[in-house]
Amino acid sequence: MIGQKPSIERGFRRLSLMVVLWLLLVAPFASAQTPNGEPITIGFSMPLTGGLAVNGTSGLLGMQIWAEDQNQKGGLLGRPVKLVYYDDQTNPALVPGIYTKLIEVDKVDLVVSAYGTNVTAPALPVIIQHNKTFMGLFAMDVNEEFRYPKYFSMLPVGPDPRAAISEGFFEIVKANKDKLGLKTIALGVDDGEATRNTADGARANIKKAGLQIVYDKTYPPTTTDYSPIIRAIQATNPDVVFFASYPPDSVGLIRAMHEIGLNTKICCGTMTGPQSTSIKTSLGPMLNGIITFDFWLPAPALRFPGVMEFLDRYQKQAAGKGVDPLGYYLAPWAYADLQVLGQAVEGAKSLDQDKIADYIRNHTFKTVIGDVEFGEKGEWRKARLMTVQFQNIAGTSVDDFRDGKGEIVIWPEQYKAGDPILPYSSIKH
Amino acid sequence: MVSVDLLINAIVAGILLGGFYAAVTVGITISFGMLDIANIAQPAFILLGSYASYIITYYVHVDPILVGVLMLPVFYVIGMAVYRLYYYSFELRGEQSIQGLAFFFGLLFVAEVSLVLIFGVDYRFVEAPYIGPSLHAGIVDLPLRMLIPCLVSLIMIALLQLYLSRSFIGRAILAVSQDGLALQLMAASPTRIKQIAFGISVATCSLAGTFLIIIQPIEPSIGRDYIGRIFAICVLGGMTSFPGMVAAALLIGIVESITATFYGPSWAPAVAFGFLLITLAVRPAGLAGR
Amino acid sequence: MRIGAFWIAAALVGLVIVVATRLAFSNEYFFFAAYVVLQYIVLSTAWNILGGYTGYINFGTGAFFAIGAYTSAVLHKMPALLKTFDVMIPPIPLPVMILVGGVIAGVLGLGTGYLTLRLRGVFFAIATLAMTVVVQTLIVNWDYVGGSRGIYIIRPAQAPLGGSYIQYLYTLMMVLSVVSVGIARWIERSRLGLGFAAIRDDELAAEAGGVPTLRLKLIATTLSGALMGMAGAPLPYYVTYLDPASSFNLAYAVNSVAMPVIGGMTSWIGPIIGAVLLGTIQQLATVTISSALNLLIVGILLILFVIIAPNGIMGLISARQRRRAAIIEAAVQQRQAA
Repeated sequence: MIGQKPSIERGFRRLSLMVVLWLLLVAPFASAQTPNGEPITIGFSMPLTGGLAVNGTSGLLGMQIWAEDQNQKGGLLGRPVKLVYYDDQTNPALVPGIYTKLIEVDKVDLVVSAYGTNVTAPALPVIIQHNKTFMGLFAMDVNEEFRYPKYFSMLPVGPDPRAAISEGFFEIVKANKDKLGLKTIALGVDDGEATRNTADGARANIKKAGLQIVYDKTYPPTTTDYSPIIRAIQATNPDVVFFASYPPDSVGLIRAMHEIGLNTKICCGTMTGPQSTSIKTSLGPMLNGIITFDFWLPAPALRFPGVMEFLDRYQKQAAGKGVDPLGYYLAPWAYADLQVLGQAVEGAKSLDQDKIADYIRNHTFKTVIGDVEFGEKGEWRKARLMTVQFQNIAGTSVDDFRDGKGEIVIWPEQYKAGDPILPYSSIKH
Repeated sequence: MVSVDLLINAIVAGILLGGFYAAVTVGITISFGMLDIANIAQPAFILLGSYASYIITYYVHVDPILVGVLMLPVFYVIGMAVYRLYYYSFELRGEQSIQGLAFFFGLLFVAEVSLVLIFGVDYRFVEAPYIGPSLHAGIVDLPLRMLIPCLVSLIMIALLQLYLSRSFIGRAILAVSQDGLALQLMAASPTRIKQIAFGISVATCSLAGTFLIIIQPIEPSIGRDYIGRIFAICVLGGMTSFPGMVAAALLIGIVESITATFYGPSWAPAVAFGFLLITLAVRPAGLAGR
Repeated sequence: MRIGAFWIAAALVGLVIVVATRLAFSNEYFFFAAYVVLQYIVLSTAWNILGGYTGYINFGTGAFFAIGAYTSAVLHKMPALLKTFDVMIPPIPLPVMILVGGVIAGVLGLGTGYLTLRLRGVFFAIATLAMTVVVQTLIVNWDYVGGSRGIYIIRPAQAPLGGSYIQYLYTLMMVLSVVSVGIARWIERSRLGLGFAAIRDDELAAEAGGVPTLRLKLIATTLSGALMGMAGAPLPYYVTYLDPASSFNLAYAVNSVAMPVIGGMTSWIGPIIGAVLLGTIQQLATVTISSALNLLIVGILLILFVIIAPNGIMGLISARQRRRAAIIEAAVQQRQAA
């Protein structure tokens, strides 16, 4: 107003009033520690279509839940986290291009792998070239050739991955060798990275178990008719049948086994696929008697802190999305994968790849799938996996498999929930 | 040592497979053998038939083969439309070889990529009561999922053969494959006849596609394996003869089955193509004159 | 211009582009994408020697290309293999691999040609499709190069010529582009090219006129195949992971047909236009939309051009030039008459 002297005092009072008001408004939010600033980006490819999608989509949801949780807790280093990912279609050839793009064009701060050996291994040359720290999710022994010091494996197979994954199966074989008169074994192997690695380990275990190999052939992953394989295997009359197979093959093999009526005493080795809910519900009672591996089940001894709450949230979110409705196989591991990375970034207080790698190498991490500690080659210091057999499955609904029903842990002693029903041919399908 | 049991079952499986291959090839015998149109997009139409079966049985629970039969008129119309396009673009201009081939090649490719965009790369399959069980006759296994398509396929081919040899249009088709001018003199339009014939050749893909998805799970890129098989069987079978084509289909089916059983499934795709290359190399006299 | 002058001009253009881009661009991704475009220049030019000049359509680009790639993979593993027999050889340099790849792919072309070129063009085309599957099946069953599971290639730490390894691959591919375009133009203006054109226009008449059609066709197939093999030879170092499914990808076959068809099949410029145009569109689409969609675009463009503009963009341009010349001619005549 004209004539009135501008009062510094009045201005100051107005200003302090505004500051107080602002503080009152902001205070309730301040305690939630909203992360602000440029997001920290975590880049990866994921098989959202193709043979591994049945698990890949589940893993992605687990990772997205982790990002939500982490942002609620204030993000990483005070900044929000953002996932940047592309569908690799379970096609290994797309992976190097995707990771080149993530690093060179999207310029992500951190990288982790896709789910699965076949789409993780091709990323390694690109990762090594750019000197990044890399978490591998369910990738079988991909670091054997490269021996890259900044690779860390979220797969509980321990320092001898190839043999460890079939160890339990062959323990069962050895325990029943005299009782069932087990002398011969047939192997059917998917011609992909993961399954061939597994088969290498199996052959070492077969030697130790003293069995004679009567059939040992690989088949292309694109095979659709498995009857010739099953027939050829049956013609050798093996006592034990071992498959190293991936989800589409496992389904094809199991269906062919039923069409032809495979007759053997112990089956089926290390099949990937039957651990996923959608394959369980599509095969139903056809799974009865099949022995394979698994890494985690909601058994009492495995209910680590946080995992059941995680699964609860996961299952609610999975309901409309057409992903694995129970999420037992991969989702908790995908969550734990990022837990390790996140804790390492916070612990090293930096995005420097070497500092993060050093932190991971020298610490034990508490995650939803238990304590994680890394050793040589980036693998776990100690193996922790199980051999399971499907028993008494009567139906094909999700509830037939809820809480780990139908899937009985038969090895090791520590987690054992029941004895295997043998021979395989005695089980009604 | 070769197990007789295994060998006999491999041969039987091969025969059943061959019956299916005949259904897949009969369209090409008409379009390439009789009309001289190298429709290398045939596998794309077959896959379309497979996906049509998949989609329809997903929503309506009917038998897939019934779906295949019901879709016959739709594919017939598609075939006629494609022929019209081909005729105006190429036959009329007299430039058939390179441009026509490039056209069908483009069609094959566009179809495959479109299927990937719509359905993704995941394997799709149908359910039917005869997928899973087998008939056991002594040491021989007859999986119903192979037996039924084989039988229906042979019925379809027999019916087509009857049509071609007995009906007026059928005989006109056989005539136009021999001499278009003579047909014109008989006051029948060769173009219309060719259009009907091409339509029939694409219509067979409706059923062939259904058989395919009954026998095995499908995904968009498997069409490529069938190009070689189709042309190998057509050429081996003498180009225009249905009985010859069926015999060639059975032969290739048996050889593929034996290869897959004794040497591994990874060698099977090369069988048909190997046959084709050898046939083309060794029997040029019968083919070069046309 | 005379052929010698053309070679020098082409080499200069290539050199200028390489130097300018290496100075101007520091983002690796540019060279990553440009490599693919150059690769398609070589593939399209190679395809056109047999397709556009001679009139025989080849759907088997994938086989020749992959043979080049797998030859490099075999040579890459050679030092390690020979070491087990106590024979020491140094790592084989990439240019040598390119030459070897070219030779082997050329032999494959010769073989395929010999088996099928006595037949009509249609059978040759189908045979090339068949051959791709046969070669792919052989590779799938060959453990030494990884079979179905594929093989990993670690790039050497040091790239010759300074700069990063991708820049080195880019430079090599530019050299190959210049070489292939030079060869194409040389053929066009030579007696060899006249012979090819005679075969394309009317093979029976050419045969009757004394042109050694089979020999010429074999030369075309061998040359075409060899160039395609050379284009494939650096691939393992580019992708660092090689597997049959991707090396035999139908996209290579479709692109090497579509690019000359769209660019124009009658001269050496057409494939370059097609390759640069389609290649750039595809690289942009991969980064922005998706890779499946960009393949759809290529397929649709191929069909459209084949139907509407069978002589490609070059054909459209020369048609316009002719029409313009005709209009001018008519106008001049009218003025003279007036």
